[in-house]
Amino acid sequence: MVPRIARLRRKRRDGPQVWTLDLELEDRHASEAPRFAPGQFNMLTVFGVGEVPISVSGDPAAPDRLVHTIRSVGAVSSALTRLAPGAAIGFRGPFGTGWPMEETVARDVVIVAGGLGLAPLRPALYRLLADRLRYGRIVLLYGARSPEDILFRSELESWRRRLDIAIEVTVDHATSAWRGRVGVVPALVARADFDPLHAIALVCGPEVMMRFAVAALRDAGVADESIYLSMERNMKCAIAFCGHCQLGTVFVCREGPVFRHDRIRGLLALKEI
Amino acid sequence: MAAEAVVTLEGVQALLDGLRRNGYRTLGPTLRDQAIVYDDIATIDDLPRGWTDEQDGGRYRLLRRMDDALFGYAVGPHSWKKYLHPPLLRLWRAEHDDGGVRVVAEPDPTDKLAFIGVRSCEIHALAIQDRVFLEGAYVDPHYRARREGNFIVAVNCGQAGGTCFCVSMGTGPKAQSGFDLALTEIVDTSRHAFVVEVGSEAGRRMLGEIPHRSPTPDELDAADAVVTRTEGAMGRKMQADDVHELLLRNLEHGRWDDVAQRCLTCGNCTMVCPTCFCTTVEDSSDLAGRETSRTRRWDSCFTMDFSYIHGGSVRASTSSRYRQWMTHKLSTWFDQFGTSGCVGCGRCITWCPVGIDITEEVTAIRDSEPR
Repeated sequence: MVPRIARLRRKRRDGPQVWTLDLELEDRHASEAPRFAPGQFNMLTVFGVGEVPISVSGDPAAPDRLVHTIRSVGAVSSALTRLAPGAAIGFRGPFGTGWPMEETVARDVVIVAGGLGLAPLRPALYRLLADRLRYGRIVLLYGARSPEDILFRSELESWRRRLDIAIEVTVDHATSAWRGRVGVVPALVARADFDPLHAIALVCGPEVMMRFAVAALRDAGVADESIYLSMERNMKCAIAFCGHCQLGTVFVCREGPVFRHDRIRGLLALKEI
Repeated sequence: MAAEAVVTLEGVQALLDGLRRNGYRTLGPTLRDQAIVYDDIATIDDLPRGWTDEQDGGRYRLLRRMDDALFGYAVGPHSWKKYLHPPLLRLWRAEHDDGGVRVVAEPDPTDKLAFIGVRSCEIHALAIQDRVFLEGAYVDPHYRARREGNFIVAVNCGQAGGTCFCVSMGTGPKAQSGFDLALTEIVDTSRHAFVVEVGSEAGRRMLGEIPHRSPTPDELDAADAVVTRTEGAMGRKMQADDVHELLLRNLEHGRWDDVAQRCLTCGNCTMVCPTCFCTTVEDSSDLAGRETSRTRRWDSCFTMDFSYIHGGSVRASTSSRYRQWMTHKLSTWFDQFGTSGCVGCGRCITWCPVGIDITEEVTAIRDSEPR
């Protein structure tokens, strides 16, 4: 329950109100580099302000650099994005289940992300691209509010130049300079090129977007057992004591945040659960 | 477990003295603010001797008994969780100077706690919180520090409260295990004595330190009769065998909107519940920013903040919050911890300002289940 001390090493702007922070543990020893699985999260503290759960958005092959992408929306997240390099940040983690990376081997991988939901999926993308030959087709479908909200833009552009990953980006609201697609991200699923019988889908974004993305994936023929979602709930402890992240029968911090769709299907359909 | 001894009023006092002599902090029921609450006690005169209570939905009153019983009442608004899982607890503080930060975990108290007058439903509640805090993937060190080495003096209830339903939940009224000593109070015109059962080695040692004698067959019969009488006098009942599935089948039942018309979302039921464990944390700083700290405090799933994520609260309506509380207590608790979250103590019924009755809500859903 007691945080370790991390230092803010670098911060980059990744969109309006969005910052990516690189942290490094102060008490790091070679033997205890906090390895993390793609999809896991950490609890970050701004001293005197509070603590929030933040997904890891960095490369699992470089676990020493603790990378988090944060939208400044609440008291703690905005305090985090206002910190200057060198500042101390409380760190606990990693917590929760990750994306099922072993299950993706030899299959087509469809990644559906909405808004900041791309951040917890980026570690999975790093892992897939680092060992590209182990997988079938890789498709990334990403929706942002507007062109300026697109996360990790230069990285997406460089991946797009590769011939071994298909990337489709859509925005809800275009500007006159935008030449890409306009519309919601679930609509991209139907025309994406993958084999639904052998595909696995990783989905993260606002809950309503995930509901529609799941419906589109099922319409395309992807089985419930092959669809994984990352859920968001209020969290105060990340170790199943505070009770805040309950989602019906499960604790999102303990059994999640990544769930196989068929295991929470009934809950996802309910309002205010 | 057989009854092994009989002690008198003086024996109960000797038990308190013996526990204190052995380094225990003795905690038990006492009279305050027109209620029976738990606090430090030193003598039997601190106990609510000669008092009883009258409980119903949204109603709690103290009354004088016709006798001098020490434990002649049902449970009050407090539960033992306030000692094991404190309502307010600083988790750590951090010292900041010249850019350096040092985080210091809050030291836990080292005193040994003895709980006097623990009812069977409350022993079950302790076991349920043990599962939450000690038997999962993580252990709460603060709960463990307070729970280890507890001395439990159970009392088999001599009187059922108006909102009690432990018989329905299989949690009472007789304490079966989880205690060091268990007392059954026998009080009538000719005698005032306590039949004692031993539940542990620590209990046996303690009994050895206080004056006691062997029980007569008549006293054993009288002790059995106390429990049997209480069993037959439960103020409430609830069919509990299938409630786990019943509620999960009815998450969209119209009754949730009905109860939402009455529920004030005050959170009283969660505060008095002996198993409710939810907390939030608050961070603070001194004016100079040289010291910051994190404090954990009891929270309630009835607040809007509880489920707040960016964009709003997940459970904004009263019906969804009542549903969360009741389905957690009676249903999803099984999925999470392999046990019910309800022990049938009736506190949530008594202390609900509008008298919402969990047993009545279950019955209403059962009787109007869409088929």
